[in-house]
This record gives sequence, C-alpha cells and structure tokens, in this order.
Amino acid sequence: MRRTELEAVLEARGVSKRFPGVLALDGVSLALRPGEVHALVGENGAGKSTLIKVFTGVYQPDGGELRYQGGPAAFGTPLEAQRAGISTIYQEVNLVPMMSVARNLLLGREPRGRLGVIDAAAMYGEAERVLSGYGVDTDVRRPLRTLGVGAQQMVALARAVSVDARVVIMDEPTSSLEPREVETLFGVIRRLRDSGIAVMYVSHRLDELYRVCDQVTVLRDGRLAHTGPLAELERLRLISLMLGRDQNEVRTEGLTSFSREHAEGDERGSGNGAPVVEARGLTRRHVLDGVDVSVKPGEVVGLGGLLGAGRTETAKAIVGALPLDGGQVLVAGAPLRAGSTSAAIRAGVSLLPEDRKAEGIIPTLSVRENIALAALPSMGRAGVVSEAKIDRIVEIFMRRLRIKAASPHQLVSELSGGNQQKVLLARWLAVRPKVLLLDEPTRGIDVGAKAEVQALIDELAREGLGVLLISSDLEELVEGADRILVLREGAVVGELSGDEVTEERIMATIAEQSDGRADA
Amino acid sequence: MAELTHDRGGPRGRVAVLKPQVFAWVQDYGVYAAVLALLLFNVLFTPHFLDASNFRTQLVQVTPIVIVSLGMALVIGTQGIDLSVGSVMALAAALVVLYLGYGWLPALVVAVIGGAVVGAAGGALVAYVGVQPIVATLALLVGVRGLANVLVPQLVEFRNPDLIALGSSSVAGIPVIVLIAAALTVIVLFVVRRTTFGRQVVAIGGNRSASELSGLPVRRVLLLVYVISGLLAALAGVLATARLQASDPTSLGMFIELSAITAVVVGGTPLTGGRIRVLSTVMGALLMQLLAATLIKHNLPQSWTQMVQAVIILAAVYATRKRETR
Repeated sequence: MRRTELEAVLEARGVSKRFPGVLALDGVSLALRPGEVHALVGENGAGKSTLIKVFTGVYQPDGGELRYQGGPAAFGTPLEAQRAGISTIYQEVNLVPMMSVARNLLLGREPRGRLGVIDAAAMYGEAERVLSGYGVDTDVRRPLRTLGVGAQQMVALARAVSVDARVVIMDEPTSSLEPREVETLFGVIRRLRDSGIAVMYVSHRLDELYRVCDQVTVLRDGRLAHTGPLAELERLRLISLMLGRDQNEVRTEGLTSFSREHAEGDERGSGNGAPVVEARGLTRRHVLDGVDVSVKPGEVVGLGGLLGAGRTETAKAIVGALPLDGGQVLVAGAPLRAGSTSAAIRAGVSLLPEDRKAEGIIPTLSVRENIALAALPSMGRAGVVSEAKIDRIVEIFMRRLRIKAASPHQLVSELSGGNQQKVLLARWLAVRPKVLLLDEPTRGIDVGAKAEVQALIDELAREGLGVLLISSDLEELVEGADRILVLREGAVVGELSGDEVTEERIMATIAEQSDGRADA
Repeated sequence: MAELTHDRGGPRGRVAVLKPQVFAWVQDYGVYAAVLALLLFNVLFTPHFLDASNFRTQLVQVTPIVIVSLGMALVIGTQGIDLSVGSVMALAAALVVLYLGYGWLPALVVAVIGGAVVGAAGGALVAYVGVQPIVATLALLVGVRGLANVLVPQLVEFRNPDLIALGSSSVAGIPVIVLIAAALTVIVLFVVRRTTFGRQVVAIGGNRSASELSGLPVRRVLLLVYVISGLLAALAGVLATARLQASDPTSLGMFIELSAITAVVVGGTPLTGGRIRVLSTVMGALLMQLLAATLIKHNLPQSWTQMVQAVIILAAVYATRKRETR
C-alpha cells in the first residue's frame, strides 16, 4: 500500500511511562500515518489509555520520544495537543451536561457578533448544520443531558472532528451507539481517512476493527505485542496476541464464555416452575408501553433492541428506580411496592446499572466499602456495622470474582473498568438476590474481564439465579440468553426462544417492525 | 473537561511541587502537623503559653465551633452545607431562658428539640423538596435568627445555678463543656466509622444515584444528617449561653457557620462530599483558634489573623483536591 510509505504524522518511539509501582508503558513504538485508520487494542491495563494520554498531552513520557509532523513534539497540556491538531473522543462522554447541545458542540469557538457577544442564532444554525451530518436530529437549544447517551457521544465526536484536526483519536467510540449510529460513525471515519486525516481507533469490538481499520497495534502489559496491517492478521491470532494465551486454548473456549447448552433448558433448570419475577404492563408515557417480562429461576432472559428501545428503562422500572404511570411487578407472586429500590432489593431483585461511573461505583470509597454497600443493613446489629462480617464477605467475593486490587482498602476509582464492574457484581451478589438485572454488564471492560463476567453469569444461572440480560453485543446476548424479548419504542415486539435465538432473528424482529424498513 | 485538566502532578506540571506520596501525607496529616508546629512555636516563643488558665481559655472559646463543625462535617460529607447553625444557636439560647423556669434540664431538652426541628425543616427541604442545601439553609439562617429575636428581643441574664455551673465548672481541671465537646466528638466519630448510617452518609455524598440504586434510604439519611446538625448547633448554643450566663439571641452564633465550614475544610473534608474526617475537623477548629491566639499574643492586629487564615484555607483546599489518578 502506498500510504504505509508516507511519513508518520504522529509517532511514538520507545515511549515509557512510569507510575508509582507500575511501568504503564515500556518502550512502546507506534507510527500513525496520514489517511490510515489505526486500531489500538489490548486488555485493560495493557497501556492503551496511557499511550493515548501521552499522545494527547495529558501525560509526559518518562522515556522515549514523541514525534509530530516530522519533528520532535512535547505537548505540555491537552490544550496544546488539541491546538496542534490532535483531537480526542474519550470513552465516557466528556461534555457539560447542563449546557445546550449547541454550546457543547461549539464550546470555546462560538460564533461571536459585535462586542464579542456570542451570536446565538448563528451558533444554533451552525450546530444544527454540523450535527445533521452525524445523524443527530434534535433541538440544539436543549441541555445536552436531555439527549440519550448515543446522541451525546455523537455530539462529542462532532465536536472533536470539527476542530481542525490532523489526528483523531477515538477511545471506544461505539460503546454507546446503536447500529445505525455506528454506520454513521464509520461513514465519518472513512470520510476523515479519505481526506488524509490519521485516525486512531480503540475498541474491544473486533467486528468493527476489521470493518474500518487498516493497521493494528496490539499492546500487552505495557509492551508492544504486534503492529502491522490488520487484514493480514487472523482474528484468533489477534485475540491470542491480546490475551497472551495459546491460540488453541482460545479456540476451544470460543469467543464468549457462555456455555453453549442453554437451549437444553433442564441443564440449568430454566423453564421450570413459576416465574420469580414478573412485570406486568409496565407503562410510562413516551418511555414504556405495557411491557410484560418474566424471569424464572435459573433462566437468562435477554432484552434485545436498539438504543432507546426501553431496555434500560424496563430494568429500572422493575427495581422501582423509574416512576411508572401503570403496571405492576410481582416477586414470587407477591406485588412489590412501587417506586422503592430498597423494597425490590429486600425482595431479591437487584439491578447492575448501565452507567458504571454515574450510577454504580462510589468513587470516594474503597473496594471493600463499595462491595458492602447494599448489604450493609444485614452486616451488623442495631445499626452498628460488624467489620468482621464485612471482611468475610469482601474476601469471599474478591476471591470468587478475582477482583484485582492492591488491597480491599484501595479506592475503587483506581481500579480498571473490568475490576470496577466485578466490584459492583460483588455488591449485588452480597445481598443474595433471586433475580439479577444486568444492564450492559460487559460494556467497556477488557476481553479477559468480559469472559470472566460472562462465565459468572452462566454459573449463577446454573445455581438457580434468574437473570435479565441487557446487552448491545448481539453475540453476547445470543450466547448468554435462553430466551430473548425484543423491544422497540418501549414495547415488546417479539419473543425468541430455543432455536430462534440467533443474531439474524433478533435483527429481523427489530427490522420487520420498523415500518417495512428492513435495513437494520 | 475535568478529565483533561486534572493532571497537574506530572513532571512538567506547573502547579505541583510535591511528590505524590508527600502530597498524600499532607492531605491526611497536614492539619495535625500544623497544630503541632504552632504548639511548638508557642511553647518556645510565647510567654505564659503553658499556663493552665491560658489553655483552658483557648479550649473553652473553641468549644462551640467544634460542636457545630461536627454536624457541619456530616452535612458537607453529603455534598451539602448548613448555613443555619448560628441562628439555631441563637434560637437555643432563646428557648433555654424561656423554659428555665422548669429547671435547666427540661429547658435544655426544649432547646435541643428546637434545633432538631429547624434541622428537620432544612433536611426536608433538601431531601424531599429538592431545594439546594445552600438555599434551604440560607432561608433558615435568616428566618430562625428572626424567630429567636422575637422570642427574646434583648440580652437576658439568668441566675439558674445549675446552668451557670454547666458553663463554668470543671472536672479534674478540665471545663465541663470541653468534656462534652470531646464526648460528642467520640460519638460522631463512632457514628461515622462504625454505623450503617455513617457509611450511608458517606456513600450518598460520594454518589447519590448509585446509593439510590443500591437501596439506601437516601432521603431519610439526608433528613437525619440535617437534624443532627441542628441538634448539635442547639447544644452548642445552650453551652455558650451557660458560659455567658446570659441569653443573647441577637449576636450569639453570628458567623459561626463560616468558622465551622473553615474547620471542616481545613480538616481536609472535601466540599464535594463522599468523605468525612471527624478528628481532622476538630483539629481544623483548634488550628484556627490557636492561630488567632498566637498572632494576638504576639501583638499582631486582627486583620493579620484574617489574612493568615485565608492563606490556610486556600492551602487546605489545594491539599484536598483529588489525588492524581491515572
């Protein structure tokens, strides 16, 4: 290819970065050329985030050299890197939720009229024009927080790209996008590539990498494991490079860690007995339209559908975290008090929320306190906490879920995403639920942790726990669930079980309901 | 944008001068070190500093601030703030003289209940109505001071020997009110560290939505935190009144909310919630008191004290900024 002979626009040469106790990057070299989409992959802790932060001026390398546009470069601050033409879109949306969509998009470079006053009309016009190119059709005067996560991500992307960029770094850009938005994103990426911009693309989703990326760099434990054209790299080889495991081992384990016998119901006891939780006619204006869901002990029920179809809302409604206009939740036949999460938890229904950072972890507390949080009332007598009891529970779950932390007293915010997710799972398992609602349990976590979480879900279901699984990863949904309810616009539009549980059928179910537009 | 700018600890950072370990140590123990350093300075350079009477005066003076700041620390731990504490002290002072005819204990109980009711009002506004803490308690700051002045329009002296004894007697050379403050400190410390309630307070301050989804009784806990703050402020008001041997609702507790917030902040409890440092809060109060006393003893004008205090507050806020995270 011609473009591999071009000089790199952004290059790391033997870059090292050390943190107290960890060598996060150990002599890593990577060359990013104009007009290429370069995949950066690796498990959490491989050094991807650190490398990105070195490229974007958040960190300064301790060793090695950073080169930009043919000369040595040193970005003292993210702003310097941004001004030089390196734009970044972070994994978690990094905008100002209370400000309008337009302000967020044009923050710092608003069109100004006389006297330096912001020209609001021009700003709104400009914002609408830019966003329509990204498939976001919304009132740009509304505060950003009123948009869905996917749309927010698109605003972040539009913002990053509309700055005069030579390099665009995307950290998990599709993690909250629905398939249609992903297509739009890929369109944007190809447009960027064709105009000679270098794109660095970080993602855990291999399908996406093979669809849009030309080059790939694999990091493992802070070192360079592989770099080269992606098309020449077999998928299993890529996974084994990331995991550092034997290729055959990966092959026998399959791509997700769910056991494949879920179709034979009696193996797990699924399909037996009365439902442990049953939601009837959950209704909330504009959000849910008479959703019925039931989960039996040992059964994994998947919720399929596009972003905004009402999957998260269904889960929240079941645990009483979403005010309802109508409907009822029964646990083991007894109605649950509406609007009370604590009543739901006491009855044995718990929700692992989608947004780990905003609704999951308590960042100021330790791993230990985070695990014990929901189980606190049962961890002592007369309101006084029993430290011994907590220690026991925490130890059991840290070992069982293989939570990697320096000690139980380490701050949870210092752990990797995968370990934070395990801490949250431990928090819920500690209250011994009958049904666990898992909203995107493996989003944004590394391959290893993902496999462990999937295996755990399987194991828990076999032990008799009912699971409601929400996942945008179709493969995960299909391999994990016994039965799938497909939602669209807040209503159940189809139920798939047995042999019908396939990616094709889910997409077909969504598509056939989409007013004849079977292009999903 | 915070994500992009939080790192100032890098080698090229322009603000950071301390190594992370040193910084962490300063965060955790800086206030203790500062108190020790000041004590040492005074022992060496201030005549009569080691006199028992001087010590007693300092402690007695700081006692109301310590008690009020204990409640303030809890409130700030939930990401809130309680501006009403000074007015609650005034209300307590008014109530205690009004009901002194029934004996000092019933009067004290009525005053404390009054404080709890004000706290409950603030807490209800914050937890159930959703008013911002600064607004809700600002309204109470104004209104409750007015109420106290209506109840007792001017300074009233009293002669109840029991109440006077509460304010002026000592056990083993230590003033009773100092002992009470110490006992309250121990109780609050226990509540924060060892009770379900204490853990829940911190969790709610750290992440309210996560706490709600984890089934914590968020509203009830918030309400209770403000009730405790009101209760402690009322108690501080009664003790201050007992020491003055007069009820003075017009000026008692004026601006004490600022001293209490200062003690909490200097003690290293972040205003962003999710962390409560009880002993450090007490140390923060002691530090400010000691500082003022030291400067006065060395004949520096009041204005100097204020400026030095400002520097300390800024230093403390700098030290409580989040530790550098990867």
